[in-house]
Amino acid sequence: MKKTKKSVTPLNFTGGWDYAPAPESKDHVQLKDRYDLFINGAFVKPLSGKWFDTINPATEKRIAAVAEAGEKDVNSAVTSARKAYDGVWGKMPAKERGKYIYRIARIMQERARELSVIESMDGGKPIRESRDIDVPLAAAHFFYYAGWADKLAYALPGATPRSVGVTGQIIPWNFPLLMAAWKIAPALAAGNTVVLKPAETTPLTALKLAEIIQEADLPPGVVNIITGAGTTGAALVNHPGVNKVAFTGSTDVGKIIQKALAGTGKRYTLELGGKAANIIFEDAAIDQAVEGIINGIFFNQGHVCCAGSRLFVQESVMKTVVRKLKDRLETLVVGDPLDKNTDIGAINSRMQLEKIKKYLKIGVNEGGEMYQAACSVPSKGFWCKPTLFTNVSQSSRIVQEEIFGPVLAIQSFRTLEEVIEKANNIPYGLSGGVWTDKGSRIFKVTGELRAGVVWANTYNKFDPTSPFGGYKESGVGREGGLHGLMPYLQHV
Amino acid sequence: MRETRSALRYSVTESPAIDQVGVDERVSRMTKRSIKKESKLQALKLAMSMLDLTTLEAKDTPGKVRQLCIKAMHPHDLLPGIPAVAAVCVYPNLVRVAKETLEGSGVKVAAVATAFPSGMSTRKMKLEETRWAVGEGADEIDMVISRGQFLAGEYNFVFDEIAAVKEACGAAHLKVILETGELSTLDNVRRASDLAMNAGADFIKTSTGKIQPAATLPVTLVMLEAIRDYYYTTGKMIGMKPAGGIATAKLALQYLVMVRETLGQDWLNPDWFRFGASSLANDLLMQIVKEHTGVYQSIDYFSKD
Repeated sequence: MKKTKKSVTPLNFTGGWDYAPAPESKDHVQLKDRYDLFINGAFVKPLSGKWFDTINPATEKRIAAVAEAGEKDVNSAVTSARKAYDGVWGKMPAKERGKYIYRIARIMQERARELSVIESMDGGKPIRESRDIDVPLAAAHFFYYAGWADKLAYALPGATPRSVGVTGQIIPWNFPLLMAAWKIAPALAAGNTVVLKPAETTPLTALKLAEIIQEADLPPGVVNIITGAGTTGAALVNHPGVNKVAFTGSTDVGKIIQKALAGTGKRYTLELGGKAANIIFEDAAIDQAVEGIINGIFFNQGHVCCAGSRLFVQESVMKTVVRKLKDRLETLVVGDPLDKNTDIGAINSRMQLEKIKKYLKIGVNEGGEMYQAACSVPSKGFWCKPTLFTNVSQSSRIVQEEIFGPVLAIQSFRTLEEVIEKANNIPYGLSGGVWTDKGSRIFKVTGELRAGVVWANTYNKFDPTSPFGGYKESGVGREGGLHGLMPYLQHV
Repeated sequence: MRETRSALRYSVTESPAIDQVGVDERVSRMTKRSIKKESKLQALKLAMSMLDLTTLEAKDTPGKVRQLCIKAMHPHDLLPGIPAVAAVCVYPNLVRVAKETLEGSGVKVAAVATAFPSGMSTRKMKLEETRWAVGEGADEIDMVISRGQFLAGEYNFVFDEIAAVKEACGAAHLKVILETGELSTLDNVRRASDLAMNAGADFIKTSTGKIQPAATLPVTLVMLEAIRDYYYTTGKMIGMKPAGGIATAKLALQYLVMVRETLGQDWLNPDWFRFGASSLANDLLMQIVKEHTGVYQSIDYFSKD
C-alpha cells in the first residue's frame, strides 16, 4: 500500500450541508408519574415505602419515580414466584407455556416504537439502536425460546429435563430491555418462575415489560419485577427461596455474588466485564474494518461488555487505519438520543461519566496520545466525545481495565504470534474480533483467542440462537441458544 | 517502454480488498440518515446543480437536444432560485448543437466517446473520436474502459488506453466509465477505480446506463473510498459520477449523504460530484416545489424534455 503524502490537508467534514434535527416523536409514549413493584401479577406499593427518581441522562430531567424494593418486598416477590412455580407454571403443559411466551413476543413487537423511545429516554442510547437492535432483538429472544418450551427433551437427548425453580435475575443498565429478554425468556421456556431486578438508572422498559406481561395474561407471580439498587439486588441473591441466580454486570459485583453463593447450592451464571481485542491484519478490507472498529467501540456509547475496546493494528497499516478512524470520528453525530441521525447518545449516568473521565485522565497521564472528535456536545446531560488513544501499551491501565465508555486504545503489532499473546494477556475473555481477507488466518486466530465470542470481519452481531458468555473474569455460563437453556434446566 | 512505466504506476496489489457485507452495512447506515426541512431543500438544489442531464439514444435529434439544453438552463423558472444543471451529456455528433444552445450559460457539454457504450473498437478510432468530440466543443469526455481486457487481467492495456484518451482530451475533462455492472465484484470496482485515477481520470463514473445494474450505492461507496485514498496518497482530488438508475430525489439525497460522510464538504459541488440522469430532474423539482408549497403538484406541472 502506498504511503500517505504528508502535505495533504485532511478532509473537511464541517460546515456546508448538514442534517437538520430529526427527533423521533414521543407523543405516543405513555408513562406513569410513579411506578410500583410488579409482584404477583399486580403493581403494588413497596413495603419499604420508598421511591426514587429515574432521569433522562440527555437532559438530567426526571422522567418518573420508581419503587425501591426492601428486604420485605424481595421476600414477597420470591414468595409469589414460589407459589406460581409450585401451583401453576411448573405443572403447566409445555405447549401452553410456549403460547404465553409467544404472546409476550408479539405484544413487544406491537409496542416496539413505544419501547424504543422509552429505552432511549431512560438510558441515553440513540433511537437508531433501540429501534433497530435492542427492541427487535429482545422480541426475537422471546420468540426463539418460546419455540423451545415444548421441545426440551430434544435439548437434552437421553435425559429428562426438569426446571430449576425460582430464578433471581439482576440485569445491567446498558441494554435494559434486551437483557431482561435474555434472562426471562429461557427461564420461562424451561418452566421456571422469575424475580427480575432491572438497574436503578434504567428501570422503565422492564416496568413496561411488566405491563406487557400483564396484558399477555401470564399467571400471577410467574414473572415479578422489582426495582431498586445494589441492596435490593443483594437481598434477592441472598434470599433462601431462590434456586438460581443470573447476573449481568460488573466483574466487581460478580465476584461478590459468587462469594455470597458459595456453598448455598444455588446455581448461578455471571456475565461480567470485558476488554475485547479487535485485530486488524494488513490484508484486511481496510475501510470495512474501520467501520467495524467504529461499531465495535462506539455502539451504545461503548457501554457494551463485549465492546472492541482494544484495537491491534498490524504496523504496516497503522497510520492508514488511524487516519481513517479520525476521519470517521468526524462524521459521527453525537447528541440527542431521540434524534434519528444520532450515532452516539448520552452517557448513561453521571457516575459512569465520572468513571470515563477518570480513565481519560489516567490515559493522558500515562503518556497516551488522546484524540477526540471535534463535535460539540450539549451543555446539559452526560456526554463524552468519541475518543481514540494511541501511544499506549499493554501496561497502560486504559488497556488493561474496562472503561465502559466510548474510548478506544490502539496498539500496533508485527506478527500473528505477538498479537495473540497480547490479546490474551488480560484478565478478561469475553469477546474479540479479527479482520483479514485470508480464511486460514481467521481460523488460526479465532482458535487461539481465549474469548467466548470471536467475530470475523464483523463485530457486535447478536442472534438469539447464538450462545454468549466469557472466560476468566468475564464470567461463567452462557446465555442465548441451546447453551442458554442449560442453566435453567436440571439434567435428570 | 510504456508498458514498464504503466506497471510502475498501477499494480493491483496496491488496491485493498473490499468486503461486500461490510460495504452493504455501511450503505444501510447512511441510507437511514433523516434529511428534513431546510437541510432537505438545500440538498435538493445541490443535487439539481450536480446533474449531467443526459440523452443517449440512437433516435436523438438536434431538436431533441436543443429542448434538453433549454431545460438544463431553465429547469423550472416558475420558482426562482433553482440552479441550472451542471452539464448536458450527448453523443459526439450532437455536441455542436448542444454547445450552440448552451452558449454563455455556464452549463457544460459532455460527450460520450471511445465507441460508447461497448468500447469495442480500436485505440486509433477511440482517440480520433475523442479528438473530434473535443473539436466539436465538448468540455468533458465520458469514455468507457475496455472491460474485456480488464477482466482478462490486461491492466496495462486499460491503463495505457485511459492515459492516451486523457492526452487526446487536451483541456477537456475526462470522466472514465468503469461500467461496474460488468465488473462483477467490488474488488474489481476498486481496482478499476485505482487504475483509472492513476492513468489520469479527472472523474470516475459508474456506468453507461446501458447495462444493468447501473449505479448502485455500494458501488459508489467503494469508488468514493478509492478517491479518498488516492487523495491522501497524491493530494489530488478526483470527481465522482454515478450514472443510471438514479430516478428519485430520495435516492439522490442518499448519494449526497454518502459523499458528505466519505469525502467531506469539499466534494459537495458540481466540480467534484455529478449525477448522470434524465428523469431525476423532474423528481427533484417536484420535491423542491413541495418543500415551498407544502403540497405535491401533478407531474404535468413540470416540463418533460
